Amino acid sequence: MTIYYTQDHEWIAVDGGVGTVGITDYAQGQLGDITYVELPDVGASVAKGEAPCVVDSVKAASEVYTPVSGLVAEVNMALEEAPELVNEQAESGGWLFRLTLTNDSELAGLMDRAAYDAFVGGL
Amino acid sequence: MNAHNPSGWRPAMPLDAPPGQHAATSSGDRGLMLEEPLIFELGQPGTCGVDLDEPEMAVLPGLARYLRSAEADLPGLSEPEAVRHYTRLSRQNYGIDLGPFPLGSCTMKHNPRLNEKVARLAGFADVHPLQPVETVQGALGVIVQLADWLTALTGMDAVAMTPKAGAHGELCGLLCIRAALEARGDAREVILVPESAHGTNPATAAFAGYRVESIPATIAGRVDLGALEARLGPDVAGVMITNPNTCGLFEPNMKRIADAVHAAGGFVYCDGANFNAIVGKVRPGDLGIDAMHINLHKTFSTPHGGGGPGAGPVVLSAALAPFAPLPYALRQSDGALRLIEEDTAPADHPQGLGRMTAFHGQMGMFTRALSYILSHGADGLRRVAEDAVLNANYVLRSLEDVLTAPFGASGPCMHEALFSDEGLPEGFTTLDLAKGLIDEGFHPMTVYFPLVVHGAMLIEPTETESKSGLDRFIASLRHVAERAKAGDPALKSAPHFAPRRRLDETQAARRPVLVWEGWT
Amino acid sequence: MTPSLGGSEAMRYLPLTASDRAEMLGVIGAADIDALFADVPAEARLDSPIAGLPRHASEMAVGRHMAELAAKNLSAGNAPFFLGAGAYRHHIPASVDHLIQRGEFLTAYTPYQPEIAQGTLQVLFEFQTQVARLFGTQIANASMYDGSTACWEAITMAGRITRRGRTVISGGLHPHYIAVATTMARFTGDVLLVQTPELTAAPDDAATIAAIDDETSAVVVQYPDVLGRIPDLAAITEAAHSKGALLIVVVTEPVALGLIEAPGTLGADIVVGEGQALGVGLQFGGPYLGLFGCREKFVRQMPGRLCGETVDADGKRAFVLTLSTREQHIRREKATSNICTNSGLCALAFSIHLTLLGGAGLGRLARNNHTRAQAAAAALTRVPGVSLLNDSYVNEFTLLLPRDAREVVNDLAGHGILGGVSLGRLYPGETDLHCGLLVTATEMTTDEDIQQFATVLEALLVDTHEGAPT
Repeated sequence: MTIYYTQDHEWIAVDGGVGTVGITDYAQGQLGDITYVELPDVGASVAKGEAPCVVDSVKAASEVYTPVSGLVAEVNMALEEAPELVNEQAESGGWLFRLTLTNDSELAGLMDRAAYDAFVGGL
Repeated sequence: MNAHNPSGWRPAMPLDAPPGQHAATSSGDRGLMLEEPLIFELGQPGTCGVDLDEPEMAVLPGLARYLRSAEADLPGLSEPEAVRHYTRLSRQNYGIDLGPFPLGSCTMKHNPRLNEKVARLAGFADVHPLQPVETVQGALGVIVQLADWLTALTGMDAVAMTPKAGAHGELCGLLCIRAALEARGDAREVILVPESAHGTNPATAAFAGYRVESIPATIAGRVDLGALEARLGPDVAGVMITNPNTCGLFEPNMKRIADAVHAAGGFVYCDGANFNAIVGKVRPGDLGIDAMHINLHKTFSTPHGGGGPGAGPVVLSAALAPFAPLPYALRQSDGALRLIEEDTAPADHPQGLGRMTAFHGQMGMFTRALSYILSHGADGLRRVAEDAVLNANYVLRSLEDVLTAPFGASGPCMHEALFSDEGLPEGFTTLDLAKGLIDEGFHPMTVYFPLVVHGAMLIEPTETESKSGLDRFIASLRHVAERAKAGDPALKSAPHFAPRRRLDETQAARRPVLVWEGWT
Repeated sequence: MTPSLGGSEAMRYLPLTASDRAEMLGVIGAADIDALFADVPAEARLDSPIAGLPRHASEMAVGRHMAELAAKNLSAGNAPFFLGAGAYRHHIPASVDHLIQRGEFLTAYTPYQPEIAQGTLQVLFEFQTQVARLFGTQIANASMYDGSTACWEAITMAGRITRRGRTVISGGLHPHYIAVATTMARFTGDVLLVQTPELTAAPDDAATIAAIDDETSAVVVQYPDVLGRIPDLAAITEAAHSKGALLIVVVTEPVALGLIEAPGTLGADIVVGEGQALGVGLQFGGPYLGLFGCREKFVRQMPGRLCGETVDADGKRAFVLTLSTREQHIRREKATSNICTNSGLCALAFSIHLTLLGGAGLGRLARNNHTRAQAAAAALTRVPGVSLLNDSYVNEFTLLLPRDAREVVNDLAGHGILGGVSLGRLYPGETDLHCGLLVTATEMTTDEDIQQFATVLEALLVDTHEGAPT
């Protein structure tokens, strides 16, 4: 499994042809208490750069962009009852959705952990 | 209390408050600080505070199958209980009657009581919207007289009176623009909105079926004219501009912007939320504007009522007037007043939008606004704008030594003074200052709007604050700002003296409780 | 025609004195007031009050002018009064108007600072619960502009939920509500399938049901319908749900729900309405208040403000506006609606009136209305040539007259009687309906009112009737 990061603060953990997407711990810290997650429909086709998911805090609604294109294979239903998982376990149990990747080459444009940490450090 | 208390309402002040702290009371009330349960905890479904005759007839046989299986599960209160419930609740509210309400972009001015008295005259309050037109000539007279004032004050050709509030007026203006473009066979898709705009503008444009694109602001807080002109083209239906803008500044290039938009075949919508700054001083029609809503509850003093009702008539240029919605009132050459509705619209108003609401708009607000306008007259309205701008500049210059005024150097503001959180020590925010003001006995200013300024504080005193009242407000905000600069930790948990302290808004949004669930 | 009302130099609403202004200009460092308007281009600046408009006027003078205008209207209290059709005249207890004029309610803003707005917020929470219970829905919002705009918001909300764009509208929906939806749909691209209204004893349930198909987003039905008839909501619910469509029920007369079953209980997914009948006077059409209830699972798609319960830092129960990420000030062009305000003060009046009534009082009020309407129907159908359309009604019914009811209504007004709403006024293009007269009776309607109406109606119709075939 390899984990990639974006400049919009999403992560995607890719294992075989499937990627699990979430927002980074840094992002959840910026957003504050997450109150609701609007999840995509399972089966939906999403293109890199689209925003199939929205994360709400009390005073903001933030779009989550998909790092790569794919078909939505699964969404994290636990977030319906417990959106705070995104705060508590942003890069594990607070994942948002899983994609069946349709264009692996898009991964090449993403950052690894070291690059992302350097990116955040520069903000 | 009584038996109906399933949600466990308890007196708010715990009896076992730590020794040395303010004394607990058995009731939860403290002097004139009164707690109040919900009507569902006070009342019972069988109680009724209205005397009603016993029905003398049976139910119509044809209705029998539709009857309720049980009475609605709603509590009743006797009149004394009801009066007490709502009076006690009212005391947990701040209002303009209690002190300044300096919410920027909201124009919370004094609400004259003459307006309330006039609106309650039976000839206005007790008239049905579908009465024969001959029996409502006075009501149509109010609409026509107010319309005349609004067009004269704005220098526009016509006014659509029916929109129910400012956002509804925006929608009306944008639909007029769409209808005008469609009438010339021109399908444009984009509305340009400055990034400093109030959120309603893009929401309205989307609701009207447009795609929204943002135009940047300059460092001076104005629309970036170059960026705007560069974006204009055959796909742009129009721009929505707030003037004076949400930073409290006049757009000096307004006429140039309008000319450029018109040259590109588009229309100019002006958000009239800030008309109070210029009423009687500037006519938007002279600036090339095609449509502008007027919040009667702002500039023309109709009460906000805890969040409405508003009223949002829209003044229109000659190019948009043919598309105004139905119904509308019209003065005939013989002086009689007509109502243009669907029956004669094909002849009288063939390109009109149709209805945007069931009846004639917010009549109860029209009577109040007309009463306000007649009270001020053309001379007084001009003075309204002048004093509103004077008061705002006085606040701006009296506080810029303790708060950062991001546009303070670029000259005077209009009717509202804008500060940012720059210079507040680490750990202190705009929100802390706002909550500190509550403890000082004031309603806070607008915070975190406009978005283009970090930690914005937008202060709109309006013309109805006296100088001594302003001096007290300024002294309090100065004191709160100084507490922040001194690092006073108590400010972080303010307010301490209000009916409630800071609320858990996260919990409210994560697990919404929107209705009382008892008695099931 | 705006008369000059006269006046002196003083202006009672402006506290600044000349010396205040001078002192403040000194603090600001401006030479004069005009210096503060320096950003306004000179050619756009007005140097004196706008010509042709009167100067300021005293409270006495303005009061007199407004009273003269008011006197030109025939108010409902000065005539036997039988109008309804979306706006109803009920007795409003005196305490309602007293309470809504308390400055802390009247002059407060939207409760964005909840620590000092618990009065407004608790009222909204109570209001939401009252509306939900009245409608039989799980939740309700803090009110909308009015019934007609709430109806359109419900149609768009159903479209967001079902992701379909075709709405079936019963011909029994108030024509002005249909007009509002038609105006909006022209721009949004929504397709409205509006059934043709017909003068039948029962509402158009069958035609409405027949129009539902697999692409239908929602079915809109008014209850009771605009002609006073009661649709069979259970049957329409079943038909709508079997095709995956939602049922939107519109209630223009909430007092009727004291007598007939709550729409949500009968399966409606969204229930909207006009709340004016409780606590809010006629006011020539506004301000009124839109009521909006629905299933809890649709909460994220709801338009308008919502108030929720939470606690403060001391753990005390408190209320706050919540789920605001749906709204325009946060979500901007992706908001569920562009609506900013609710109709707060009208919601307060509605809530107080309903609190004074309680469930039992509402039921008795509705039965009382029903019996007044039966008395009116009995008296008016004794007039030769007049017949009753409806099989069923609560407090509003349709009469069939031997000639165009528009003329009859005008003639009645000439005799000082406000005798209902003609269907020609509501449906100018539908000539088949023009003999219809919509008549409403409430607890305000006296036996004398009914007798006077029947007597004058008979006199007006006598010529028509004698010449008409039987």
